[in-house]
Amino acid sequence: MSLLSVRDLFVNYRTQGGPVPAVRGVDIEIGKGEVLGLAGESGCGKSTIAGALLRLLPTGTEVTGSILLNGEDVLGMKPGRLRAVRWTETSIVFQGAMHALNPVQRVGEQIEEAILIHQQAGDREARLRVGSLLEHVGLPQRRIRDYPHELSGGQRQRVMIAMALACNPSLIIADEPTTALDVMVQAQVLKLLKELQREFGLAMLFITHDLSVLIEVCDRLAVMYAGRIVEEGPAQSVFYESAHPYTRALSAAFPAIGEGRFRRAPSGLPGDPPYPQDLPDGCTFHPRCPVAFEACPHIDPRLFDVTPGWRAACLLVDSAKSELEGARTPGSGP
Amino acid sequence: MNERNSPGEQAMDHEVAPPLLEVRDLKVTFAGRVGLGAGILGRKATQSRAVDGVSLQLRQGEVLALAGESGCGKTTTARAIMGLEPPREGQILFQGKRISKGLRAYRRKVQMIFQDPTGALNPRQTIYESVAEGLRIHRIHQGPHGQTEQELVARALSRAGMRPPERFFLNYPHELSGGQRQRVVIAGALVLDPVMLVADEPVSNLDASVRGEILRLLLQVRDDLGLAILVVTHDLGLAWTIADRVAVMYLGRIVEIGPAEDVLTKPLHPYTKALLNVVPEAGGLDRPILTGEPPDPTRIPPGCRFHPRCPEVATGAARAAGVEDRCRGEDLGLIELRPGHFAACHLAAVTVGESREISTSQP
Amino acid sequence: MARIPAVPTGTEPGPEFRGSLGEDRVPHTPRAITWKRRRRAVTQFWSIYRKNGMGMAGLYILVIFGAIALLAPVISSSRGLDPTLANGPILAGPSLKYPLGTDDLGRSVLTMTIWGSRISLMVGLMATVLTMIIGASVGIVAGYRGRWVDALLMRITDWFLVIPWLALAIVLASILGQSLFIIVVVIAVTSWPSTARVVRAQVLSVKQRPFVERARALGASDWHLVTRHVLPNVFPVIFANTILVVAIAILSETTLSFLGLGDPLHVSWGTILEFAYDAGATSLGAWWWLVAPGVCIVLVVLAFTMCGYAFDEILNPRIRER
Repeated sequence: MSLLSVRDLFVNYRTQGGPVPAVRGVDIEIGKGEVLGLAGESGCGKSTIAGALLRLLPTGTEVTGSILLNGEDVLGMKPGRLRAVRWTETSIVFQGAMHALNPVQRVGEQIEEAILIHQQAGDREARLRVGSLLEHVGLPQRRIRDYPHELSGGQRQRVMIAMALACNPSLIIADEPTTALDVMVQAQVLKLLKELQREFGLAMLFITHDLSVLIEVCDRLAVMYAGRIVEEGPAQSVFYESAHPYTRALSAAFPAIGEGRFRRAPSGLPGDPPYPQDLPDGCTFHPRCPVAFEACPHIDPRLFDVTPGWRAACLLVDSAKSELEGARTPGSGP
Repeated sequence: MNERNSPGEQAMDHEVAPPLLEVRDLKVTFAGRVGLGAGILGRKATQSRAVDGVSLQLRQGEVLALAGESGCGKTTTARAIMGLEPPREGQILFQGKRISKGLRAYRRKVQMIFQDPTGALNPRQTIYESVAEGLRIHRIHQGPHGQTEQELVARALSRAGMRPPERFFLNYPHELSGGQRQRVVIAGALVLDPVMLVADEPVSNLDASVRGEILRLLLQVRDDLGLAILVVTHDLGLAWTIADRVAVMYLGRIVEIGPAEDVLTKPLHPYTKALLNVVPEAGGLDRPILTGEPPDPTRIPPGCRFHPRCPEVATGAARAAGVEDRCRGEDLGLIELRPGHFAACHLAAVTVGESREISTSQP
Repeated sequence: MARIPAVPTGTEPGPEFRGSLGEDRVPHTPRAITWKRRRRAVTQFWSIYRKNGMGMAGLYILVIFGAIALLAPVISSSRGLDPTLANGPILAGPSLKYPLGTDDLGRSVLTMTIWGSRISLMVGLMATVLTMIIGASVGIVAGYRGRWVDALLMRITDWFLVIPWLALAIVLASILGQSLFIIVVVIAVTSWPSTARVVRAQVLSVKQRPFVERARALGASDWHLVTRHVLPNVFPVIFANTILVVAIAILSETTLSFLGLGDPLHVSWGTILEFAYDAGATSLGAWWWLVAPGVCIVLVVLAFTMCGYAFDEILNPRIRER
């Protein structure tokens, strides 16, 4: 049974200008111990999904669909059960985590707080656990008594990871955990996450805009655009052989050093990612798509199978083409 | 074979022409703060040697990438080159003259592109005014061929890819997207017909799919107008995409500099090798990753400043080659180890063989 | 605010694309562009302000009181203030002839209130102008110059900040005599420090912003930076602060007058309250004498405060807009 099963997730923010659709029908499936990467640019809805999974979005936000965590419906949970589930079954490593630490409290106490809130241990036991958690994330035990400003960015991020592990969750949602870090520290943190994931058998939902980072840690990859998943499948296939033109363009933005075809040939897409308030008709990607054709502005493609387990929402996928052909009755134009 | 080379190509052909920009042994330090009481007691502020002896040259039409992690001094170097940060030591020469004499004229010829395009535009000014600002500051009312201010602004916006330019005149920055804002910043830089651009992380704040277009614009501007561009970046992939030469900085110094193909595919300095190792790719997490973090510029290690983290020292390769003592004790500058390719490494100097001291050639 | 749709650059925009004014013609000269921008900024601000209920209520009240103050000679005669000419019933409650009753000399309270509005508002405004000039100048110079100039000016500001304004008023009044001028000076002298601090904080914040550095990199002089970049971005804060300072100034004038430090030759709301109190209006039950000026003060101060809050509300979301 999957650890996390999301079906038909829709999220609409309430704003002065009316409801804004941030997520428009997303399905996600994560099994025990599996790592799923969620990639996309600003406005695609990926951070919204992170918030929606634990109902951390601002009040008044419309969330519909089904979110099943270990078979339990998150959207229908009573507040008490929700609080219990938060952190013990699923925890989050936030974006800008380094600023999420309380500057006037020692880091050890902050990690302890998580344990004590969920009454997972008494005081003394909690302190021992904190010590061992810090070791697991590669920090010396004496750091327990440090304040956040005494730690570097990378060290603070490790503290955030320790905090996320504090109550032995089965799923960790990592929302841009390495974005503000230098490449070297980023590599260290990614390595740490991968090791911890193996050691504790954690499932992870890894959200980022940096597609190349996901290749390192994820088994499966999903790419989002304008509130929907436009491609998902095995990480290698999605990154190196992308079936959707957006994924292709996105991975070209992270060129492989040493490959001549990228030399003095920057590749990007014209225009900008669309704002949720005014999405184009038909395929939302078509205004920027290098291979769009006449059908694209009129048909909003669903996810078609490229191979079993690999799907892309593009009319150029083979199974889509055959469906299009079949749908055309003789005598009518496209 | 080409009868008419683009200005960029022509510029590159003149290898023997004097460099446009020359930085000699630049040092910039920041002093920490000392409270009144501590000052009276004679305590001195800690000195942060953000830039600790940087020398480089930039030729017309060349794209040089200044790469490194945060805290290495690349942004400070760029700001010093723009005259925004006073150097403690060293000289910055533009077209042979020191920039400190004649800063205003210098600023007409050298323009900066900023990391944050949203912050770089005054939210209360229209796009027209933001682009025309340079002209107004330098009191330029007419172009070299008699164009009006409006025509100059339109031409700059057009060159930056905002077409038709008039449509954007009355817009405010918050009405544009991130990529468009950066184009406006670039237009604001181009309006003065500069000779050199200093771009500080020009695309890191932009969405990934938008970056390519902005980078393509920079290359086009180099090709069409013959501009020299100094790009500060932490992203070696970006350097691979657009740079002719790459300089890698660590803790205030350039540790390796040379043609992009050489530095990025055949690196000589262990730090460069480590940086290239960690560029993400599939299954690569078992590669060696440097431990720890760069020490801060107030406590620079003795000898080679990289030696405490150097994998060659840690694995004993340095000792095997007999240079470990020098690594620990002897500071060193850039040495030309291959034609045009310099590195500041004792081990590389020994293993690669030829070593001509820096006094006879400048990177 | 309408967002320009993403358009592949380098190509002609499609029919759905519109310049943000929805117009095709762009003014021909740079000066025209600047004026157009300014006009548009004002009209845009007004259209947002109009929707703010609190701001509009405050504005209406202020307009009414402003009209009363300006039209005082038209709507009532100043002879009604002259104690020697007073011929109404003494301490009479509100009636048709005297809608707000009379005071202990037989003068119409309504007349006094109308004329009192002139002094109260004028003193408030003059004190505010003086406060803002001193406070904004000090704040801008201190914030922009920084270092020792900043330190020096801030110490001076601190010194003025702690002066007890009441004691200062009493001292000055006893030395220089009581007059409107003294009141204006006292209020200004003790109010400018907090304005200076607010302005300085905003200048410091604006100074850090990248577009200021960009202008400097383009070769701008200090003067250009201050006038073209710092001031326009500090101005909204100054304006919002001004509105609140007026409210405080009017209240301060009222207080000083009530305590007997006001100008004995001019009737203001505060002096009306002073007379009423001295004459024992409370124990005599002449509530109309106190309520009239009191309500006016409260309404005016409230109105200014509401406008000030409306300003803050409008300014903040705009900065947050992407």
